[in-house]
Amino acid sequence: MNGNPIIEGFVEAIELIITLDPQVVEITIRSLYVSLTATFFAALIALPLGALIYFYEFRGKHAVVSTLQTLYALPTVIVGLIVFLLLSNVGPFGFLRFLYTPGGMIAAQTVLIIPLLMGLTVSALSGIDRDKRYTITALGASRLQTVMTIIAEARFAVMSGVLLGFGRAIAEVGTVMIVGGNIRGATRVLTTAIALNTSMANYSLSIALGIILLAVALGVNIALSLVQRR
Amino acid sequence: MKINATHLAAGIITILLILALCAGCTSPAPGGNETPAGTATTAPAGGGNVLRIATTTSLENTGLLAELERVYEEETGMDLQFIAQGTGQSIDSGRRGDVDLVLVHAPDLEQQFIDDGFGINPRCIAYNYYIIVGPESDPAGIANMTPVEAFRTIYAAGTNETAGVAFVSRGDNSGTHTQEQVLWEQAGYDYDTEILDAGAWYVEAGKGMGDTLILANEQQAYTLSDEGTYLSFADRLDLAPVVAEGAELLNRYSAIAVNPAQHPGVNAEGAADFINWLTTNETKQMIGEFGAEEFGKPLFTPLYAPECTEPPFNCTCTGEVAG
Repeated sequence: MNGNPIIEGFVEAIELIITLDPQVVEITIRSLYVSLTATFFAALIALPLGALIYFYEFRGKHAVVSTLQTLYALPTVIVGLIVFLLLSNVGPFGFLRFLYTPGGMIAAQTVLIIPLLMGLTVSALSGIDRDKRYTITALGASRLQTVMTIIAEARFAVMSGVLLGFGRAIAEVGTVMIVGGNIRGATRVLTTAIALNTSMANYSLSIALGIILLAVALGVNIALSLVQRR
Repeated sequence: MKINATHLAAGIITILLILALCAGCTSPAPGGNETPAGTATTAPAGGGNVLRIATTTSLENTGLLAELERVYEEETGMDLQFIAQGTGQSIDSGRRGDVDLVLVHAPDLEQQFIDDGFGINPRCIAYNYYIIVGPESDPAGIANMTPVEAFRTIYAAGTNETAGVAFVSRGDNSGTHTQEQVLWEQAGYDYDTEILDAGAWYVEAGKGMGDTLILANEQQAYTLSDEGTYLSFADRLDLAPVVAEGAELLNRYSAIAVNPAQHPGVNAEGAADFINWLTTNETKQMIGEFGAEEFGKPLFTPLYAPECTEPPFNCTCTGEVAG
């Protein structure tokens, strides 16, 4: 054991970041690509569904919303396991050959954050003042106009939900490790690279990637507060 | 203010989306999505110029795979993708056809994989030895014992709750874990009934070789490691090789292709080419020199004919294979 791995790690980490180490850059870009794409597809699916749940009254609506809220905490390894079994060569979607590809990781993260985005969309729409809703109707708006106005009013809260979903996606390690396989140059992302390099005792690279991951989280937070400040 | 924030938010989202698209253009294997709204429809990996290899964490952690990958990709342009999983899981990935080739080290599991018709063209590549590593002070006093005696002594000391005696097991069905189970059986214990619940001294890590060494180091416990991973970690560990002699500790690595008759989707041609490359003398020489400079001694000894066909190896290490 020589020196303090934490201090040495930090010094090397800063070097790796400043010199734009190609490996670090590649892993960071892949992480952003996978999680942004997953967030995009999840939003595409979850926002309309969330709006439908909010605007339509149906039996069991409370149960649906409670279920969604429970699934906020959906364990990443369970999603990983299920998507892995679905995408495996002997599974129902094996013919896609998606296992161990970025596509498979995107699919897994999409599944992971859909409940979060749906639930937060419902809450965002519910957050619009009831009085406002009556006022809009009272002013003679058609049903469609009412819906559009409420959605427009809630857009910032919905956007916060989407950013939260992105934060969950980029920070998780369970699904991408199982479904992606952590292949160097193909499916290795920030979180799995940190796990691997820690297990190989390459603490400096782990710390560098950790700093980048935190920076991304910080960026998301700044965006979030900008959105919420309106 | 409201307008500004809106514009800002819109701008950020646009930038993020553009980034996503750019990454999509340059990404080596952009995938699509399960949904009909899927993106790229480029041929998914598993096609002609990608070779997927399930392998063991002990090979990955030494850095040998990265070296092989660099040289092979430079020579052939084939994209090698290593998935480090532990031997048990790797062979299972081969059975399911999720990979094209396995690079593993558990002769019994390998034979079963071949006998069941899932593995073809096995070639042994190289070997080294397992070693029992532990604290320098050797609290169980196993130095200079045979491996089996050492395991018996650790068991006795552990169950007597001798201070400072603990054993960390990989506990992940890997090749090293399989070897450890064989040693316990040879020492006269039933693994499932006598070892697994033997007490607090027996620790199951459930992780790769590097992690397990780090855990054993933190707890100053004994563990069974392959020589390669231990040597590549030695400068960060306060653990010494305690037992390193004994034929029982032989650790042989083999490459086995996945049978395309079982899984037509696999890259059989690529697997055959890679096995042929692995068995060339140039590659074996490279493997035999790997780590010599960095760790003071090579991590692996390549296997050549006719030595490999004789005991204790009993395997095939030459001969062209066809896709």
